[in-house]
Amino acid sequence: MDIEKKLINVKYITDKTSHLILNQEICKVCEDKVCLNICPANVYKQCVSNENETEGTKNNDTIEVEYENCLECGACKIACPYGAIEWRYPSSGSGVIYKFS
Amino acid sequence: MEEIRKNIDAIVVGAGPAGISAALAIRRGGKSVVVLERASNAGTKNMFGGAVYLNSIKSILPNSFQNAPYERFMAHHTYSFLNEKGSVNIKSSDYEDKTTATVMRPKFDAWLLEEAKKEGVFIAPKTLVKKLIFKNGAVVGVKTELEKYYAPIVILADGVNSLLAKEIGLKREYFPKDVVLSVKETLKLDKNILEERFHLQKGSNEGAMYEFFGGLSGFCKGDTKKKRTVVPFAIGFLYTFKDTISIGLGVSLEDLCEYKTKPYEILEKLKSHPDVKNLIEGAVESEYSAHLIPEGGYNNLPKLYANGVMVVGDAAGLINSAHFEGTNFAIESGKLAGETAVIALNLGNYRHNILKIYEDKLKKSFIFKDMKAYRNVVETIYKRKKSMLKYYPEKMGEFFELINHVDNIPKKQKFRGFIRKFFTERSIVELFRDFKAALKLFIDIIC
Repeated sequence: MDIEKKLINVKYITDKTSHLILNQEICKVCEDKVCLNICPANVYKQCVSNENETEGTKNNDTIEVEYENCLECGACKIACPYGAIEWRYPSSGSGVIYKFS
Repeated sequence: MEEIRKNIDAIVVGAGPAGISAALAIRRGGKSVVVLERASNAGTKNMFGGAVYLNSIKSILPNSFQNAPYERFMAHHTYSFLNEKGSVNIKSSDYEDKTTATVMRPKFDAWLLEEAKKEGVFIAPKTLVKKLIFKNGAVVGVKTELEKYYAPIVILADGVNSLLAKEIGLKREYFPKDVVLSVKETLKLDKNILEERFHLQKGSNEGAMYEFFGGLSGFCKGDTKKKRTVVPFAIGFLYTFKDTISIGLGVSLEDLCEYKTKPYEILEKLKSHPDVKNLIEGAVESEYSAHLIPEGGYNNLPKLYANGVMVVGDAAGLINSAHFEGTNFAIESGKLAGETAVIALNLGNYRHNILKIYEDKLKKSFIFKDMKAYRNVVETIYKRKKSMLKYYPEKMGEFFELINHVDNIPKKQKFRGFIRKFFTERSIVELFRDFKAALKLFIDIIC
């Protein structure tokens, strides 16, 4: 999917730290992982650790957060059925900057 | 942390239309007010389909409402019912209509703010409010990243995600069914081509808008075994600007979760429909954006006030999505909260029993009247989406196919066949339920 192509045109001032904090303990055991599907900027990516690969277990994967691409819509924190996403605004002046919205 | 205490009459969090309108009302009541905005420039965090309503802007800026950075006036409004092969369109044109205009939020919100500054509203951009400050059970100020601001009245105009309203328990966290996620793209297109394509008078500020119903059903990914065809609760839109087009849609977050579909995949589906494809042909993608729309409606309104604090606009969930109304509700609710703030400041009483005046004013305004009348619209369409966003749009297409195709089949036979299919492809019970639901909505709105 050409979401990367769409995101190229979006302007951001990247915050120093992530404004999206995940409770990875929950993410590891979460089966649905709706965050992977609903995010309009594909901020959430599945990250399979080596340890898991060797064990060959499923549902033990953490989530990688590409917060730099966040459009600050807030959908993920509502969609997550476990409330595992601590959603804040990026710090003053940082984050997405729309020009033609 | 550096702490600066600033004594002002009122603090407004958020420099969108609701916040600016509230600040103007407070200023006009002779009180001092500061607007705190997390973005460096107002409007750069905001997104909407595309159009504002001039009567609404006139209500707060009677002398300058015509100077706003309007792009095009919506003379043409097309309701487009999409099916797999094409579409059926109902278009209304009013060449004198100057009541609805497209704007770009970064320009428009910045303009509103400039107008407010002229009247003495203070603005602190690049200022993120982290927390509210309480004293004796009342909100008495806000804590930003660097400072503390104190004022007896705080107005929360911090948008659909309003973390502050949730923090103080005025609002619960939304469920996926309470919100619609809107994604849109702004596409650049040569002005002459744009005007020609949308049949706009050359060199004029005439514009066109579209609403798209249907045509977005697809296979559900989470259900690959059954290959169940699902109908997402999604409605598309297209607006024309000076030399750009916005194409987007709003889709229920609940459906996105259930169908495991990415919002931009549905947007791509809309863009690939032959009708839409023709409209945006050759236009170059220049921005992609996303925003939530609070769809909870009248039945799920938050508490709108507490000691020292009021909630306005999207933060309060004040919209009427059936008519694409939001900025006007924001402006009106901001104004009513601002007026209430002035009453409270004059009385020197900021308790909830005084701020309740804001809710009383809302009840008397068109906002509550419309929200009440439309309280079941979104839920009903959601429940009946398979018929309203698939079956009927498709049947409309088939009806015109029947009329338009000349094929040596007796008309009587064709009409009878259509009627028979209409009543067999969808059960009589479901058809009756559709009719009953539509009738109920009609009665809700009219009575």
